[in-house]
Amino acid sequence: MSAQTDDLVKQDEPEPDEPAEGLAALGAYIRDYFARVRGGELGSIPALVGLVVITGVFALVHQGFLSAYNLEALVIQAAPIIVMAMGLVFVLLLGEIDLSAGTTGGLCSAITAVLILRQGASWWLALIVGLVTGLVIGFAMGWLRARVGIPSFVITLATFLAFQGVTLILIGGQGSVILPDNSPLIKLENSFVPLWLGWVLLAVVVVGYAATKVNDELGRRRSGISRAPFTVIAAKVVILAVLGAAFTYEMGVNRNLSTNAFFNNKAQGMPWVVVLLLILFTVWNFVLSRTRYGLHLYAVGGNEEASRRAGIVVSRIRISVFVICSGMAAVSGIIAASLLQSVQSNAGAGNTLLLAVGAAVIGGTSLFGGHGRIIDAVLGGLVVAVIINGMSDLIQGANSAGYEWVVTGAVLLLAAGFDAVVRRSRTT
Amino acid sequence: MTSVPTLELRGVDKSFGPVHVLSSVNLTAKAGEVTALVGDNGAGKTTLVKCIGGIYRVDAGELIFDGTPRTVNGPRDAALLGVEIVYQDLALADNLDIVQNMFLGREEITRVRTLDENSMEKLARQALDSLSVRTVRSVRQHVASLSGGQRQTVAIAKSVLWQSKVVILDEPTAALGVAQTGQVLDLVRRLAEQGVAVILVSHNMNDVMKVADSIGVLFLGRMAAQVRRKDVTQTQVVELITAGRSGDLGLSPEESSGAAV
Repeated sequence: MSAQTDDLVKQDEPEPDEPAEGLAALGAYIRDYFARVRGGELGSIPALVGLVVITGVFALVHQGFLSAYNLEALVIQAAPIIVMAMGLVFVLLLGEIDLSAGTTGGLCSAITAVLILRQGASWWLALIVGLVTGLVIGFAMGWLRARVGIPSFVITLATFLAFQGVTLILIGGQGSVILPDNSPLIKLENSFVPLWLGWVLLAVVVVGYAATKVNDELGRRRSGISRAPFTVIAAKVVILAVLGAAFTYEMGVNRNLSTNAFFNNKAQGMPWVVVLLLILFTVWNFVLSRTRYGLHLYAVGGNEEASRRAGIVVSRIRISVFVICSGMAAVSGIIAASLLQSVQSNAGAGNTLLLAVGAAVIGGTSLFGGHGRIIDAVLGGLVVAVIINGMSDLIQGANSAGYEWVVTGAVLLLAAGFDAVVRRSRTT
Repeated sequence: MTSVPTLELRGVDKSFGPVHVLSSVNLTAKAGEVTALVGDNGAGKTTLVKCIGGIYRVDAGELIFDGTPRTVNGPRDAALLGVEIVYQDLALADNLDIVQNMFLGREEITRVRTLDENSMEKLARQALDSLSVRTVRSVRQHVASLSGGQRQTVAIAKSVLWQSKVVILDEPTAALGVAQTGQVLDLVRRLAEQGVAVILVSHNMNDVMKVADSIGVLFLGRMAAQVRRKDVTQTQVVELITAGRSGDLGLSPEESSGAAV
């Protein structure tokens, strides 16, 4: 998966000898992997298993769950959850929480929409103002946490309520602000990457992934430390390529039901938001797994006192995660606005945050700090989106919304309980 | 034995408000030797360690490194002078692996500003090998999976990595079983053999008598005596700790009657 998984992989032999190739090395690698899993380092396994199982169940009970049409719906539903969860991973890594991420996103998207529609600002200027607002909010909350010392739970509970109010005031009595039809912001979720570009993107992703992995491994072998056999790398690349190709192919199917002389615009290709997700994933994954800053996030989350003694400026790290989280919340809010083609007066309220926290935790990020990766947000976000999407088809009738809430809550509790149990097994 | 000590304290005073915790303490620690620092609870061991580490500033007295008096105004100064303190709580991050813990705060960076994992792993491995550590299977293990003795090993190996001149170990064996205590004491010995001046703070007389070359005994904030290990018996050291004097060793009778407090 990500670079971190492989960094965690350890040698079986204490001496960095000549790397043994072939079946012996592969066997050692696999044994080692299972030893680690038994030790409580589960990585992405629970989320992946969960994703496959619930997708399988919904696909069985509901015809067309895996159709191109529904797949697109899944992706654009998951996108705002995933982006917000990516930001939350940073906050959770430090054992903090941002309860206001949802309403921060709502507020930022409301500011953007109001600027476009009422002030006549150009869309990019409005977008920048919205995103900068997110960063400023994050800085303020981080400052209150790190310098003033208010628990993040309280700060963000306060802003959760307050921002809901500000959004309500901004949007006003009409209940929603509808984005103009031709706005590029709407295109993000409702317009599609040309087919050829989709395949080019897939090629870039697969080749980039393979090149990174091989380059890492060659570097390790040059230094006399070898861990992953090339067979394993090749297997991972092939799996990525196959899944990516399946997705790209399925998304290439035309989803417009009636194409005739009057309506011959086709809906085919993956939504543009997929490109945004890929970029955000790559950037943040790089930051977390390969930079000094990323390592220091884990260190502070794992042992604050040790980090301080090692010379890490803990307060600066703490402020930075709130800035990143609120910034990502703003991006998520804009994506949600693009999905709805409007901003509601209750944007970001309700279960928005709950779903994103659930996504991060289901993906494998710990609520206790120190454990979490960006891939968690992606996998967890997909799980949550699949549940919501599948449930809405499965449960019909007057109380369907109620059941959805109950199931979502239960899944979150299950994931958090799982996290707590795994954590206990790790420490003892 | 005529060489200049790596660290020498002369007449170190430290008080917190009206409480005199240390009064004119002298101590020398030579390269290649283990200098034990013993004393009863409240004798001032921890305060003395923190003065050397720059966490407290001394009120009076000199800290002399390699023959040159230096002022230590903070932990950073002490680190620059080559002082490394291994605290009892070890300060390791459980969720990071051994390499990451050893390099925390001083990571190696490649030309493109990313972490240089490979060279860090190699250096960490070398540091452990130089101490003949055989108990650690892989340097990419998370610290959470290590035993108490292995954690202590990692914390001590860190000081080898940074080529520290003075390594202060605060009760390294306090929480360990018999076998692991033995391993850690071996490690302390090997660390000294590398030319490091090791200061071992300990309550455990057996450990002290086993590994120390020199023993400094603090009694109520005064240095009762600093003696060579081979010149004393365990009984004498215990007397120094509890009474401040033993025969003609230690403080004069009037000094040892609690004058420092």
